[in-house]
Amino acid sequence: MQANQFHSLAYSFSFYLFGLIALASAIAFVTRKSPVAAAMWLVNVMFALAGLYLMLDAQFMATMQVLVYTGAIMVVFLFVIMLLNLGHPSDLADARGKWPTILALFVGLALLSEVMALNRGNTIERLVPPDLAAKAAAAAAAPIAGGIIGPVAAPLFKEYLLAFELTSVLLLTAIVGAVVLGRRRTDAR
Amino acid sequence: MTHALFALLQVADPQRSPTDGMFILFGLIKAVAAFGIYMLCVAYTTLAERRVAGWIQDRLGPNRVGWEGFLQPIADGVKNFMKEEALPGSGNTVLFILAPAMAFVPAMITWAVIPFGSPLPVPGVGLVDMVVADLPVGFLFTLAISSLGVYGITIAGWSSNNKYALLGGLRASAQMISYEIAMGMSTVCVLLLAGNVNLNAVVAQQASQGWNVVLLTLAFFIFAVAGLAETNRVPFDLPEAESELIAGYHAEYSSMRYSMFPLAEYANIITSSSLMITLFFGGWDIPFTQWDNLPPWTVTKTLLTMGLYVFKVMFFVFAFIWLRWTLPRFRYDQLMSLGWKVLLPMALVYITVVASLVLGLDAAGLARTSYAYRGAFLGMNLVFVVLVFWVLDRGRIVSPAFSRLERDRITRLQTAAARSDLLTGKGA
Repeated sequence: MQANQFHSLAYSFSFYLFGLIALASAIAFVTRKSPVAAAMWLVNVMFALAGLYLMLDAQFMATMQVLVYTGAIMVVFLFVIMLLNLGHPSDLADARGKWPTILALFVGLALLSEVMALNRGNTIERLVPPDLAAKAAAAAAAPIAGGIIGPVAAPLFKEYLLAFELTSVLLLTAIVGAVVLGRRRTDAR
Repeated sequence: MTHALFALLQVADPQRSPTDGMFILFGLIKAVAAFGIYMLCVAYTTLAERRVAGWIQDRLGPNRVGWEGFLQPIADGVKNFMKEEALPGSGNTVLFILAPAMAFVPAMITWAVIPFGSPLPVPGVGLVDMVVADLPVGFLFTLAISSLGVYGITIAGWSSNNKYALLGGLRASAQMISYEIAMGMSTVCVLLLAGNVNLNAVVAQQASQGWNVVLLTLAFFIFAVAGLAETNRVPFDLPEAESELIAGYHAEYSSMRYSMFPLAEYANIITSSSLMITLFFGGWDIPFTQWDNLPPWTVTKTLLTMGLYVFKVMFFVFAFIWLRWTLPRFRYDQLMSLGWKVLLPMALVYITVVASLVLGLDAAGLARTSYAYRGAFLGMNLVFVVLVFWVLDRGRIVSPAFSRLERDRITRLQTAAARSDLLTGKGA
């Protein structure tokens, strides 16, 4: 009982810690004027989210969050920001006008209220189709083969192989499209 | 018998996992000990580099402070702390101060998941794993953390508000992104063979199947080149290329804050040596015997495996230093084309081959530790090594360089050499 209480206390402490870090960093990310500083705050958000995934025992997700978002995507962001060399933050005008800001505020409020409504009275649990819930429970109870990656990899490469391959083709198309668009601009010059 | 005895004495069996409290306590001890030893090794790698450089260049190197210069790292540390520190006037001061730490910390954290010895039985506590944190995501963790090292360098370059520093930072980020992909791809083959991402499982696989460097030499080659590029050392030290960028990303740094960057580099050397060993050279495994991989675990086994592990790391650290003082620097376009046009396609083809081979051999019902399975991999490996060597060599080592010249040009060169005109420079 003692150990249990200690564990749950440590758990909620970590949850609020990571949650607060994520929220504070996200607010700092939106409000910073220097693009590089904003990008670094976003990196911080990604880390805090990885911490939250880790607390949900989703270690693979947490690692991928750091590897893909912080290690790759944000580095490219930073790279582009530096290449563009936007100038000193004090010279930068806020690109967002008054009306988009107000609109964004309302969209944010709507999303927040939606989350709150869903959280009331186990709405999420009632909304999940029973067969899907049963499947998830069975998967959670089954012995794990192939370490921590097995449970993620097996459905991806067996049940949802077609969707997985189609997604990769989609991504490839996007990459090729980006290259083609980038090329066209330099040719026209 | 011993089990009953331990139960009678109310003492934990040293061959079993420790209890929660002991686990936390020993985790702390391991973390502190590993951190201390690691920092000491990083400091002494700087001395090793200077002494080996002296040896390669036929001079002495630092040998005045203490016996054979053994107190030199400490003297350097004190000197760096005492020096005056200058901050750039118009840079981003907060990020400028944070950047050295951002460069150093990832190299250090990666080390936490690398196993460095067989489990140590501690009487009264249980079996203590010789790894600071045995994460189930092990290898992915090292990839994730090592991908963060680029932030320190990039941010250092940007926050200095200096053209050369910014160019160095940009070069570093482009280089690290390119080589990280090849690095990740090369290790996919290892993970396919091991069937797990936990580094202890990778070590166990190599203990039973033979070291991966023998079975997957090409993957090791790609990993080693990419690892060298990730540490930003010669021949891949474009980010700090002093002939064109002064000192690159750390041009504006002074005092101990400057020192953090070379220290981060040495930390990275040790970390990537350890990773290479763990993935391709069996980790702490002693080759040609199963004695060290099977229980009962003893203190002797732990000490021997740890000793061998340290020896392997020292060899690779030496190899890193050796390469630095042997090779010239790449040109930037050569660096990029090596990463994207050579290493990445090579790794992709290799993944396909290894995956098909694993699938085929598993479908044929061969056990992974059987000689047929290992023999098939060895044969595939030999074919690829010869092929890649032949392509990369371009007739330079196997046949002498002049074999690519036309016959009449060779005779002209030979007669010119005979007249020793080449030496005086009149022949051309």
